[in-house]
Amino acid sequence: MSSKPVIATASLAGCFGCHMSFLDIDERLLELIELVEFDKSPIDDLKKFTRPVDIGLIEGGCCNAENVEVLRSFRKNCRILISLGECAVMGGLPAMRNTISLKDCLEEAYLNSPTVAPEDRVIPNDEDLPLLLDRVYPCHEVVKIDYFLPGCPPSADLIWEALTALVQNRPMKLDYQLIKYD
Amino acid sequence: MDSIKKIISRYKKDRTRLLDILKEAQAAEGKISDQAIEAVAAALQISRAEVEGVISFYHFFSDRPTGKYVIYLNNSVTSGMAGREKVARALEKEANCRFGQTSPDGLITLFETSCIGMNDQEPAAIINGVIFTSLNEEKVKKIAGQMRKNIDVQEMIEEYGDGANRHDLVRAMVKNHIRKEGPVIFGDYQTGLGLNQALKLAPEGVINEIKKANLMGRGGAGFPTGLKWELCRKEKSSEHYVVCNADEGEPGTFKDRVLLTERPEMVFEGMVIAGYAVGAKLGILYLRHEYTYLKRYLKYILENMRQNGFLGKKIAGQNFDFEIEIKSGAGAYVCGEESALIESAEGKRGDPRDRPPFPVQNGYLGSPTTVNNVETLATATQIFTHGSAWFRAMGTSVSAGTKLLSVSGDCDRPGIYEVEWGLTLKELLSLVGAEETLAVQVGGASGQCLSEAGFGRKLCYSDLATGGSVIIFNKTRDIFSIVRNFLDFFIEESCGWCTPCRAGNVLIKNKFEKIASGLGTASDLAEIEAWGKLIKATSRCGLGQTSPNPVLTTLTNFREIYEKKINKEADFRSEFDLARSVEQACQVTGRKFEEEREDA
Amino acid sequence: MPEKLKFSIDGREGLADQGMTIYEAARVIGVYIPVLCHYEGLKPVGSCRICSILVNGRWLASCTQPLSEGMVIENNTPQVIEYRRAIIEMLLAEGNHFCPACEKSGNCELQALAYRYGIMVPRFPYQFPQRQIEAYPGFLLDHNRCVQCQRCVRAIQTEDGQKIFAMKNRSKDVRVNVDRKLAAKLSPDQIQKAMDICPVGAILKKEVGFLRPIGQRKYDRQPIGSEIEGKK
Ligand SMILES: Cc1cc2nc3c(=O)[nH]c(=O)nc-3n(C[C@H](O)[C@H](O)[C@H](O)COP(=O)(O)O)c2cc1C
Ligand code: SF4
Ligand code: SF4
Ligand code: SF4
Ligand code: FES
Ligand code: FES
Repeated sequence: MSSKPVIATASLAGCFGCHMSFLDIDERLLELIELVEFDKSPIDDLKKFTRPVDIGLIEGGCCNAENVEVLRSFRKNCRILISLGECAVMGGLPAMRNTISLKDCLEEAYLNSPTVAPEDRVIPNDEDLPLLLDRVYPCHEVVKIDYFLPGCPPSADLIWEALTALVQNRPMKLDYQLIKYD
Repeated sequence: MDSIKKIISRYKKDRTRLLDILKEAQAAEGKISDQAIEAVAAALQISRAEVEGVISFYHFFSDRPTGKYVIYLNNSVTSGMAGREKVARALEKEANCRFGQTSPDGLITLFETSCIGMNDQEPAAIINGVIFTSLNEEKVKKIAGQMRKNIDVQEMIEEYGDGANRHDLVRAMVKNHIRKEGPVIFGDYQTGLGLNQALKLAPEGVINEIKKANLMGRGGAGFPTGLKWELCRKEKSSEHYVVCNADEGEPGTFKDRVLLTERPEMVFEGMVIAGYAVGAKLGILYLRHEYTYLKRYLKYILENMRQNGFLGKKIAGQNFDFEIEIKSGAGAYVCGEESALIESAEGKRGDPRDRPPFPVQNGYLGSPTTVNNVETLATATQIFTHGSAWFRAMGTSVSAGTKLLSVSGDCDRPGIYEVEWGLTLKELLSLVGAEETLAVQVGGASGQCLSEAGFGRKLCYSDLATGGSVIIFNKTRDIFSIVRNFLDFFIEESCGWCTPCRAGNVLIKNKFEKIASGLGTASDLAEIEAWGKLIKATSRCGLGQTSPNPVLTTLTNFREIYEKKINKEADFRSEFDLARSVEQACQVTGRKFEEEREDA
Repeated sequence: MPEKLKFSIDGREGLADQGMTIYEAARVIGVYIPVLCHYEGLKPVGSCRICSILVNGRWLASCTQPLSEGMVIENNTPQVIEYRRAIIEMLLAEGNHFCPACEKSGNCELQALAYRYGIMVPRFPYQFPQRQIEAYPGFLLDHNRCVQCQRCVRAIQTEDGQKIFAMKNRSKDVRVNVDRKLAAKLSPDQIQKAMDICPVGAILKKEVGFLRPIGQRKYDRQPIGSEIEGKK
């Protein structure tokens, strides 16, 4: 029915900073709403895909099995998939654990760290918790990613430029000050 | 720390002798100890950090304690073909430790090393400096038994090889395997004849004669030798040097080893002639560490030549003095590159230099230096023994004379062949008794891998130029294993100085493994090719500039093998494997993982 | 008076003194060839290869290659840019560069080069190598970010020429090796110099950091190289 491009977003192993930056486009949000519609996204709180999506924005890399499933479902449902922010692009700060084995990470965090109370010394092991991956994977190591928007977070201007360019089917104009890794 | 002090003073605190000092320190203590490093640094007035930098550059130095017997098993591709894997496992079993470790009883240390120049008698290893060839499980068992009885390695040799390998000062089980003697290297020769002829000429005349003979470098790059000598001579300087490059590290070549065993005088004589031509008083034979077993013998030959007036003061009665020194590396392929060799000969890390300036301008200790291959120098001697016209009449119009080939791999008669330039690969294959040949690697790891379509090509500078390494693979061999071996070789041997070679070779290897595992796509093939070209173009020295050749030349000549491996339809395939990625988490938490079947 | 050499870069002609490298000659006429391992006043070592250019179909490192008469140099052509980008990307993938957590961010030359060349993501998979962070009196050495440029090796030595920083190992394991004893004698000024000369956030002076706010850092607004291109 709708002829407007459809957008979906997700936060995987990220801090929601990129979503916050997205909202930082401020009054341009109103313009955006004219241009596109949102499907599955924390922004409209839709939990499931309801239709084919044109542009998927992924914040965060994959640190657990659930992230992988979400990412794969995005790939399946989105025509264009974008890695949004350092975490999605390269794992970001969560990937600082990548040079340490998972076992050591967990033991340090839940058993050996001085801030753990003796009675709490246990590695979380609930069946409902998604299994952690051996390391944090940048999204493009798991599925094909079409565009990358670096930054921690990427600036609102970069997100705006990328989205409007894609929606208007024109090349992105990436001024020097738009590309930042921090 | 008395002994280390003695060693240092024996070398007169000479910085250029750092490698020798470290070698002796290691021999004395089984490792290069902290105190030794401290003492050496203080005596040579360099920082500890720098001494550690040198130690860590070379394969044969260890700052960790080693066992009484230190075994270096080489991992060349031909060794693999001859059963290296079984030998390695047998060694680990006997020593009760892994490679890189020392046996619990402190008796045996196991190390891997790159090709040691014994490709026609693999699997080969070096044990406490002594070469062991044609190893198998039984021999390993026997040797290990002898080690437990504390028998000296030299005593473990049951039979010496042929020729000078039997010499009292060599006593090696190495075989020469000279299969075809040609007219130059293995032709008529009497020490001193060539030298006498040369010294009758003015130095410029000597250079001219070499130019007339059209001698080109036998080390691989094929630079005209006469021109090199001329450039070196022309440089104004109080000192000039001649360096004989006997680093022979290119996988699959061993001809310089045989030359130094059977025709050392011819090589040294060539150095004297070169010294006369360029105006040098000192020549250095840079002998690869792996050939240390030849050192005493070579020194003896030098002494003989000195006695006979071919070396030392007033050579051949003329007003010309020349000395030859032997310096050794400590295990690093890149030290075969001439400027890296010079750095190493100066007692430093074997990092190549930027060029220009070239060694002929700024070489050993900053002075003009001509670096020539062992065979080039031996050939120069024979040009003066027999004349440039005689030499020129052999080979082709562009490539004069003969070439030593080191042939190994799948053939009946591996070994040394002296052939005239211009021989086709097909002719060579029948000469060596190769059948059902799938591929021929010409020029070692840095050379090219040719398929049957290329067997008509000629060995010569204008077609298949080569330093002489020929490795033959028959149809039972797997091209991917060959490429993998060579890629690992380059990753191991890169000096790490420049980005494309240091980082790029690892990236290429990873991409290669993705393709080999069946997860590649057409774009992976395109990428590995592009990356290979990038590394070749932008690397700093010849090592990096040839390191992607194993991939690139097989992509050209065996493309179908790659095409078969890739998925042509997919535009993207990931190496990511969810089940594998959660394995650690399952182990830590004791949970099981069941991947949700992806609905189609 | 020494004779001048004629050359051209991407069609722009110029004259430069004999003995200059291609990089230096380009600078004279206001053309920026990107460098990373090279540093004004230090002997060039040609390690990063970012300054690669094309002359007559041959690739050369412009920081080490002397200019010669009549050279026709390609610097900003698609092929050169492509290879240069790839080398920058290699360096980003080879180490562990978590820019958001790096003190040098905004003042880092590697990052600035990546910005200048518009790199959104390296084409190479991140290697996530295991590397150490070492503490010395007065400074830290974070191997995760070191690009093996050898600037510190060349710039920071003792008065009698001993190396405080030297290279260790080889191939992918090449690392900067600090002489602990000599490093302990470094003055605060020398440490500051080491930190300033390090193009990335590998050498960090202790007890200072994040001095300049975002927006005012060296490369926040102007691409690296602007200072050269500015003075034509
Ligand atoms: C990585 C590398 C390894 C090399 N190894 C050898 C070697 O082992 N022996 C050799 O003679 N030349 C070797 N070369 C070539 C030398 O740099 C140099 O060109 C040669 O010694 C010159 O001697 P020639 O002109 O007599 O051939 C090597 C070059 C490179 C780049
Ligand atoms: S190409 Fe390789 S071996 Fe040569 S300088 Fe560069 S890193 Fe070292
Ligand atoms: S050194 Fe530079 S590229 Fe590396 S993390 Fe720091 S700012 Fe980023
Ligand atoms: S520490 Fe800094 S200056 Fe030294 S080599 Fe590494 S990146 Fe270069
Ligand atoms: S959450 Fe946005 S970059 Fe990490
Ligand atoms: S700047 Fe020239 S190689 Fe690094």
